[in-house]
Amino acid sequence: MELIWQGFLQALTLLVGGDSQVWQITWLSLRVSATATLLSLVFGIPLGTGVALTRFPGRGFVVSLINTGMGLPPVVVGLFVTIVLWRNGVLGGLELLYTPTAMILAQLVIAAPIVTGLTLAAIQQVPERFRLQLLALGASRAQLVWILLKEARLPMLAAVMAGFGAVISEVGASLMVGGNIKGSTRVLTTATVLETGKGNFDTAIALSLILLLLMFLVNWALTWIQQGRRA
Amino acid sequence: MGMSYRAAWGYFRDLERAAGVSIFLHMRTLLIVIALVGMVVPSWAQSGTVILSTTTSTQDSGLLDLLVPMFEKKTGMTVKTISVGTGQALTLAARGEADVALVHAPSVERKYVEEGKMRNRRLVMYNDFVVIGPEDDPAKIKGTPRVADALKRIADTQSRFVSRGDKSGTHVLELGLWKHAGIEPKGAWYIESGQGMGQTLGIANDRRAYTITDRGTWLAFQKRVSLPILVEKDPLLLNIYSVMEVNPANGPRVNAAGGKAFADFMLAPETQAVIRTFGVDKYGQPLFVPIAGKSDADFR
Repeated sequence: MELIWQGFLQALTLLVGGDSQVWQITWLSLRVSATATLLSLVFGIPLGTGVALTRFPGRGFVVSLINTGMGLPPVVVGLFVTIVLWRNGVLGGLELLYTPTAMILAQLVIAAPIVTGLTLAAIQQVPERFRLQLLALGASRAQLVWILLKEARLPMLAAVMAGFGAVISEVGASLMVGGNIKGSTRVLTTATVLETGKGNFDTAIALSLILLLLMFLVNWALTWIQQGRRA
Repeated sequence: MGMSYRAAWGYFRDLERAAGVSIFLHMRTLLIVIALVGMVVPSWAQSGTVILSTTTSTQDSGLLDLLVPMFEKKTGMTVKTISVGTGQALTLAARGEADVALVHAPSVERKYVEEGKMRNRRLVMYNDFVVIGPEDDPAKIKGTPRVADALKRIADTQSRFVSRGDKSGTHVLELGLWKHAGIEPKGAWYIESGQGMGQTLGIANDRRAYTITDRGTWLAFQKRVSLPILVEKDPLLLNIYSVMEVNPANGPRVNAAGGKAFADFMLAPETQAVIRTFGVDKYGQPLFVPIAGKSDADFR
């Protein structure tokens, strides 16, 4: 218990004292994971909406694939992204391995199925009759989609939170594709692993607490959007 | 998507019209999204990058945190330090995924050099391994001068022993010592952690087991690990680090010049001087002894 208290005090010192390295690590965590989450919305929302509103052969199979993707193990994603980005790999020419861009890419692969799956569920939970009524009232397809997305706003933001939560907290993929390089690809989770390995448990606890605080602040902002005046 | 450009444009206009009012109502959301997008700054710059594949011990000791900025300042190159076990560090280098390797498993290193995957192997520094274990020392190995005898006693008494089990330099050395002692370690007493030195020390401490560790990591873990040193100073326990350059033939994008520059830097007199005193302020004793210019024959 004393160790946790020490870690708490150290977290405060690092944050208030403006330790430049800790701020840089925190900022990178936020930057990488927020970018990955935003990009996952770009892919996930249209895809989830599309699958929710259409019927085609093999749809059940596609939905199962998406649902499986929601639980993709970060280390597996990390391994495959690493192999693709290797100098000898398919995208080796881009020299992206061990950069924040590579981490964004890996986290995008983790977050996109989550956003897709939850969007799919969110749109489908809007009653079918509501959809028919909108069409009967003369709504265009675009208007229909827009109203449905607005109607599904609460669960959609839950999808954003779930996607962000998954990527900011993962360590396996970031460690593999980023390499945990000081000042370049070290984020809160990988720094925590490193400090634990070094035996600096107080620093590791401090970093964990900063990560939790960061997650809370982001979710607080998202909840504020989600709940609107109800909050 | 099977949609013409014209149709897509109409679709977009539709959406805009439908959304017209709500965008103002969702100003707050919009502001936050803009703020988030603003953070997306890509980092492409890659020229003049050297990838160093090395072991966890050099990273965990903090030595590279000191040396890498020195090198970067001197040459203007950027170093990407990938610290993994020695086994993986050499595999990556052999695939051309790194430019230079700093590792500590002489027998494995020599094999890579013979195969032509790595070249210009040069000794950089050494420290030593120690056998640590519980205070009450159930296998009675304390003070044994020969590490092979100590291991034999651990195996004979079936005392718990934690192995790294991860093909790291430490693991390679440990396996060599068992072989030397004529024992194949097997059984419930022999625990393979599959993790780094730090975590392995933690496991040994909690299970009151014996293990082999480099002195530097043991010193760094004084706060958490209460297992004393029981066997040390056997010449077999020497832990020699060397630097090797990656053969550019290993892959299409090996930065041979950068790799050589880093290897040369590790052996430069001013770098060796930094290594000589590294750790004194924190542990009261240096963690490594610099040995530029020496060869394997000097340590037999």
